[in-house]
Amino acid sequence: MANARTRIAGGTRTRFSAHLGRRLVRGCADQLIDSPATVVALLLAFGFCTMAVFAPWLAPHDTSDVGTLDLMQALRPPVWLEGGDWAYLLGTDDQGRDMLSGIIFGARTSLLVSGVAVLLATLLGTAVGLFCGWVGGRPDAVLMRIAEVQLSFPAILIVLLIDGLGRTAVSTDLHNVAAVPVLIIAIALSNWVQIARTVRGSSMAEKNKEYVQAARVLGIHPAAILLRHILPNIFAPVLVIATLGIAGAILTEATLSFLGVGVPPTQPSLGTLIRFGNNFLISGEWWMTVFPGLALVLLALSVNIVGDWLRDVLNPKLS
Amino acid sequence: MLAFVAQRIAQTGLVMLTVAFVAFAMFHFIGDPINNMVSQDATAEQREQVRRHLGLDDPFPLQFAYFISNAVHGDFGVSYRLSLPVGALIAERLPATLELVFVAASIALLVGMPLGVYTGLYRRGVVSRLLLGLTLVGISLPTFLTGLILILIFSLWLGWLPSFGRGEVVDLGIWSTGFLTASGRRALVLPSITLALFQLALITRLVRAGMLEVLGSDYIRFARARGLPNRLVLFGHALKNTLVPVMTNVGLQIGALIAFAIITETVFQWPGMGLLFLQAIRFADIPVMAAYLMLTALLFGVINLAVDLLYGAIDPRVRGESSHHKGS
Amino acid sequence: MAIVLLLVNLLAAFLASSATAEIFRYSTTGDILGLDPHTNNEGTTNAMKMNIYEGLLHRAWDLSLHPALATQWQQVEPTRWRFNLRQGVKFHNGNTFDADDVLVSFDRIRSSQSDMSYAVGTVSSINKIDAYTIELVTTVPDPTLLLALPAFLIMDQQWLEQNEAMQPVRGTMAGNFANTHANGTGPFRLVERQADTRTVLEPNADWWGEPRHNITKAIFQPIANDATRVAALLTGEMDLIYPVPLQDIDRINRTDHVRTLEGPELRTIFLGFDQWRDESLDMPGSGRNPFKDVRVRRAVYHAIDEQAIARVVMRGAARPAGLMIAPGINGYPGEPMDQRLPYDPAMAKRLLAEAGYPDGFPVTFDCPTDRYVKDEAICTAIVSMLQRVGIRVIPNFQTKTLYFDKISIKGGNRTSFFLLGWTPNTFDVFNTLQNVMTMHPEGHGIFNCGRYSNPEVEQLTVQIQRETDPQKRDALVREAFRIHQEDVGHIPLHQQYLAWGMADTVAEIKQRPFNDVDLRYVVMRSGTAAAAQTSSGGDRKP
Repeated sequence: MANARTRIAGGTRTRFSAHLGRRLVRGCADQLIDSPATVVALLLAFGFCTMAVFAPWLAPHDTSDVGTLDLMQALRPPVWLEGGDWAYLLGTDDQGRDMLSGIIFGARTSLLVSGVAVLLATLLGTAVGLFCGWVGGRPDAVLMRIAEVQLSFPAILIVLLIDGLGRTAVSTDLHNVAAVPVLIIAIALSNWVQIARTVRGSSMAEKNKEYVQAARVLGIHPAAILLRHILPNIFAPVLVIATLGIAGAILTEATLSFLGVGVPPTQPSLGTLIRFGNNFLISGEWWMTVFPGLALVLLALSVNIVGDWLRDVLNPKLS
Repeated sequence: MLAFVAQRIAQTGLVMLTVAFVAFAMFHFIGDPINNMVSQDATAEQREQVRRHLGLDDPFPLQFAYFISNAVHGDFGVSYRLSLPVGALIAERLPATLELVFVAASIALLVGMPLGVYTGLYRRGVVSRLLLGLTLVGISLPTFLTGLILILIFSLWLGWLPSFGRGEVVDLGIWSTGFLTASGRRALVLPSITLALFQLALITRLVRAGMLEVLGSDYIRFARARGLPNRLVLFGHALKNTLVPVMTNVGLQIGALIAFAIITETVFQWPGMGLLFLQAIRFADIPVMAAYLMLTALLFGVINLAVDLLYGAIDPRVRGESSHHKGS
Repeated sequence: MAIVLLLVNLLAAFLASSATAEIFRYSTTGDILGLDPHTNNEGTTNAMKMNIYEGLLHRAWDLSLHPALATQWQQVEPTRWRFNLRQGVKFHNGNTFDADDVLVSFDRIRSSQSDMSYAVGTVSSINKIDAYTIELVTTVPDPTLLLALPAFLIMDQQWLEQNEAMQPVRGTMAGNFANTHANGTGPFRLVERQADTRTVLEPNADWWGEPRHNITKAIFQPIANDATRVAALLTGEMDLIYPVPLQDIDRINRTDHVRTLEGPELRTIFLGFDQWRDESLDMPGSGRNPFKDVRVRRAVYHAIDEQAIARVVMRGAARPAGLMIAPGINGYPGEPMDQRLPYDPAMAKRLLAEAGYPDGFPVTFDCPTDRYVKDEAICTAIVSMLQRVGIRVIPNFQTKTLYFDKISIKGGNRTSFFLLGWTPNTFDVFNTLQNVMTMHPEGHGIFNCGRYSNPEVEQLTVQIQRETDPQKRDALVREAFRIHQEDVGHIPLHQQYLAWGMADTVAEIKQRPFNDVDLRYVVMRSGTAAAAQTSSGGDRKP
């Protein structure tokens, strides 16, 4: 009996992914003809990922090594302005850091932090949300109250807490290595609740629908019902929140660096670069803010458009 | 129903206690407030004296017990930074933050919902795409940068709006409001827009997603097939059904607004709780931080309860769920 | 809707602007910590207190000393000073000032809750001779007694008694009346105070002195965010802001109606090394601490290009320093000694090789991010300079609270290498020697976080404290600093500049070499209606 159930569940998953694959391919084909903007966004997102992975080979200067920074080259404007230098296409910041290389390495840090954080948050949030929505009752109440406790702490504080714990627990050497993982966990922990609440709300609604009731009566394993029937139906809002979440996580990281607890300033992310540049906006060294800001907007924009596209393609009710 | 509400209130109390505990535990990691309080050349002995005086050398459980027993009596201690009673400080700042959050939430809802409906209905339209793109640009910039850009444009270049502060406020006893003076209303414009931008984009996209989903569903097709007027289908059925996920998120987002107010208030020197809290972190002002977090926990508890009750009102199917709580 | 509202508001604001009073609006990063003159010792707070309260002496903008509540003084014996008090002075509440007020204030400032006790550091007692004559008795002959005395602010005995504020209080105790109210003899009295938002002062019409200022009201509003503060100056919402972020100095000077005022500050920024552990925190198991070797410390010195830091990071708003104290501090050994070792990376590498570290060594560099002007950027620049000579520096950037936790005595001086700044708040060299450059005797070295300790310097420091002959004392100071320089006990970097931004509404203001505003010296341009600027928000060009 148990065996049979497992088989059904397994079969469901295979069918679901095959279904997904077919939709993706068809969606791609549709979109290519239909919306050039989506294609551009896809290419852009792909470009950013490539840039992030191959940063050390692509960037003209290795800005990840502070030893290469030269104060003599500081505050150069972009190459097309007076005082520009071909070695520094987009100018340099107040430490002599090449802006273009800084952006390439910064995108790497930003994508790593936000991507992994949102992935963790989505997994955790979906699992908890489904569980709560399905089981209800006391476990649901307990988990939702935990979520509330967690929500009462702004992301900033969670990072401060974990950062503080990290600093106390590991030696200073390790702390510099641990800074980024600590940030990722902190941002993930500050994001899962929203997804959990949304999933819970939707799955509570789905649970009472006739098709789910019918499946239950038929004796289908709850896991199968959750994965096959409920999950696809609540996938749309989760995807919206998750994609916006990536952009949001990039911004959270930037905001934390504004408060002085982000990634180390020697390994600046896009957000950190903007934070540095922010101080030079009034004084007229606009390139320190505008270029990383532009990169951040393009990155967030392309990630979001890709998310939209994914959702439209995956949504079984559309088309 | 009443039992459900009572249970939730009890739970909120428990949550606040937990928050206070976690908050207290983590203060051990944000640094020693003594260094900020005493003169830089104070001797080790003087420092110890202040520490003793503040009760910071007591064991942690004792410190926590003191704090809770005082808090129950409404006494949250005295700020280390300003040497003023924390209760009074927060009461002074709360109106500023709540007014800011209220205006920001209103902007986000009143602009976000129609935008979401519009972009959902005309999802392939040029205007829709443009609007969606614009909201994206708005949220792709960090709050501290959008705030500064708004200041640059509207205060510095155009000279229309003040760059900082709350303007003149009218004191109504326990509540000070900026709504009643011209300068108070002008001061609200930039910070509330800054704070609303992210939520506006989120709500637009959530409503749009919900609309798309519902519009594709069988019962809408059915309703249309039955020949119901398009407007009735849209607003009677489609919009109503998109409201469930939107409500959950709006509830949560009000919490996010309070949290994000920390940044907005810092950029605009808005004299609210967020600014107070940020300065408290920098100073390791433990009593202020603990009180702020407990109050936030309380606000979240209330908001969540309201959202759950609203759920029942909007979607009758969930109502069974509330009674389920009661039953278990 | 919003636009209509906006236009209506603008119109209303224009109509309302008819005030012509000389209102002075100024701003800095943070609020004062309280009004009690004897509790906190912090720059902005001290400046505000001194607008309201007065000491026996007044330290003018140029650091010179002048009579205030005392009219005359005389050292009758090496340990006995006689002061004649000013007669006919009234507190803001109308009470008369006399010797009893000084006695009460003396008891108060020496309380364990007071951070201001340094102002009367060596005074053991104050005796009342008559209502307007007092005698200060010091424990040792103190050549620098008068230097710190202006910070000893006098409160009203009767007022303190009536309001049960005889002791300064801080933190967890209630009833800190003097912290929220003020009653001094100073040229300004408190009108309104909302913590973190605004503090409003008005001139004291009954002040005994001749006011140099012409303001009718002063409004202090802290603005934490640098860019917002600059914007508030440029829009005309502020008459004066400080500090101006260094990169914005040019912009401000290029703008018509605003300008900056700059001058060196008394704070010296320097680097310190762990010189007491036998094994560096960053080299566990090696049994070695490179910084115990003077050649390594010297190598670090040669590797740092302070000229570049001052020019690029500080945008020229720094004075490179070769000494641990600034010119203007009593006992300053003079320009010839105030020279830095030259920037010479090759020499640095050679010295490192000589000391047995041809491939450098690892070290964590502790740096605050919110304490000093451009602290984070200075540290980043130093990291790259040291990496270039082979020292593998890992920066550890933290907020000042965590940073001080780590490097302070309480935290066990858990640092190998750090950036710190020091201002002797007595304006005397002994303060720096005592707190930063020595460990002995007991009570010294509170911020000597690397525990540099040379018995010769310590011996000299004790002598410097006692020596009353200025010439002999200066010679002792020069000797102590020479030894410290030879030891490379610390590496002084620079004195940062003060940068204040002012609107044209301000005709003249005197800048003291520490970052605060004494309202006594603010002269507004007559007839400029500050209110008009507030309402229109300024006439900026893009």
